[in-house]
Amino acid sequence: MRTLRGKTAIVGIGETTYYRHGQSPDAEFKLALIAIVNACKDAGIDPHDIDGFASYGNDRSDAGRLAAALGVKELRFSNMFWGGGGGGVCGAVGNAAAAVATGMADCVVAFRSLAQGQFARYGRGSGAPLAGGDDQFLFPYGLMSPAQRFAMKVTRFMHDHGIRQEALRAISLACYRHAQNNPNAVMRGRPLDAAKYDDSRWIIEPFFHLYDCCQENDGAAAVIVVPADRARDFPHKPSYLLACAQGCDHRSAAPVHNMPNYPGSHFAQLAPRLYDMAKLTPADMGIVQCYENFTGGVLMSLVEHGLVRADEANDFLIPENLYAPDGRMPLNTSGGNLAECYMHGLELVNESVRQIRGTATNQVKRNDTAIVIGGPMVTPVSSLILGSEAVL
Amino acid sequence: MSDSYLPEGLPLPNTGDPLSAPYWEAARQGKLRIQKCRGCGAWQWGPEWICHRCHSFDLAWDDVEGHGRIYSYQRPHHPVHPALNGHGPYIVALVELPHAGNVRMVGNLLGDPRLPVQIGAPVQAVFEPHDSADPPFTLVQWRLA
Repeated sequence: MRTLRGKTAIVGIGETTYYRHGQSPDAEFKLALIAIVNACKDAGIDPHDIDGFASYGNDRSDAGRLAAALGVKELRFSNMFWGGGGGGVCGAVGNAAAAVATGMADCVVAFRSLAQGQFARYGRGSGAPLAGGDDQFLFPYGLMSPAQRFAMKVTRFMHDHGIRQEALRAISLACYRHAQNNPNAVMRGRPLDAAKYDDSRWIIEPFFHLYDCCQENDGAAAVIVVPADRARDFPHKPSYLLACAQGCDHRSAAPVHNMPNYPGSHFAQLAPRLYDMAKLTPADMGIVQCYENFTGGVLMSLVEHGLVRADEANDFLIPENLYAPDGRMPLNTSGGNLAECYMHGLELVNESVRQIRGTATNQVKRNDTAIVIGGPMVTPVSSLILGSEAVL
Repeated sequence: MSDSYLPEGLPLPNTGDPLSAPYWEAARQGKLRIQKCRGCGAWQWGPEWICHRCHSFDLAWDDVEGHGRIYSYQRPHHPVHPALNGHGPYIVALVELPHAGNVRMVGNLLGDPRLPVQIGAPVQAVFEPHDSADPPFTLVQWRLA
């Protein structure tokens, strides 16, 4: 059977200091270099020995330029995952793994770099006077931000399943709580409680309070993927890639909100493939990292990955179930996009590796298997299962 | 000051887009026109170059009744464009068209933006001309039926 299961491993992780948007003293390209060099240090390798780069979200740090700046001896693989935002975060890691598993390259970096101060922010509409393509049917009605593009899916999903705002609040509270112990979390020192959440202003009714929405940040993060048979030669406990799946549902990108499976996050057809490749089930996932651009997306992604049942969401999505270390399903244990850094989800991959190593600041107990779920709004989307040697 | 639901200054639709021009021309005349495949009869919205069902490139346009129902909605408060600063909230509705294969259209729900919105509520198309725009265009809007 053709599979990526167990053929590669992440042996190094790196990140920059994470900043509020516009606060990075460094240019975006330098942030990428810092994260990659830090990942190499973590793996104990020489950056000259990197031979591939994979990214997503139209990352501006070009692979050829990175290879030149780092003095890479021989660039053998470069790859960009289609789609904006964080849909491709797990796919980029999977593409790096595919290159390594098939012998195209031996040591591939998957990374994301973002300096929104240097470039444009995401949370604002276009400044262009004319809207073309899909946008001509959306912008004139005041629908242009990422939150707005997603909000009506959440409205309908909550309506269909009778899910209450408190379920979304629990997701936000978990992220903010976990960030308080994470020295690199941008929201460390800014704790959130239920009253503060409830009192926060509406971004969009009926389900998007301020604290349901991610930050916008500057920073970079990177992971290093090598063949599994070399994984034990590096200083840290390897995190093996057990599965990656990418894509979307049938016609997910149909124009003007006409995707057949509208109230969802595009993972319905993808998730079964993910678990099949990993030969694992949702119940095996001790570590759950789920991309939050907006809490409603987390809810739909968790449901589509079989981690929460829609008809149990009101009962299951309560803060104590989502808190490390003792919750039934500790969620986004570094703070995630909401409270650690909006690093387009790559911070979630790094956190999964720390959890598997046993070195996380909010360490969970059941840490052999991690699921990482990418951005749920754009298409294509992607998700990933990592595991320790014990589950190979 | 105009009679439009949202303030002037938002991005204008590119009514010269060859793929969508028949829609914008019909809207100017107070008609709701949706793309329909001559090959298999499938309705499509927004317009595509090919029919996703039978792969015919022979795509036509049919006038449909301006009756729909609210499939979903949102009430934005945060201004996402300078033209919306100090405005809001307002309502964006996703309207499905039972007379056109249940394709969905985005529009504003006219009326008091603070009133509750019921998913499933029947709505009626309203044509909102922007005569002073260059070039002029007409938006299809919705009100409770």
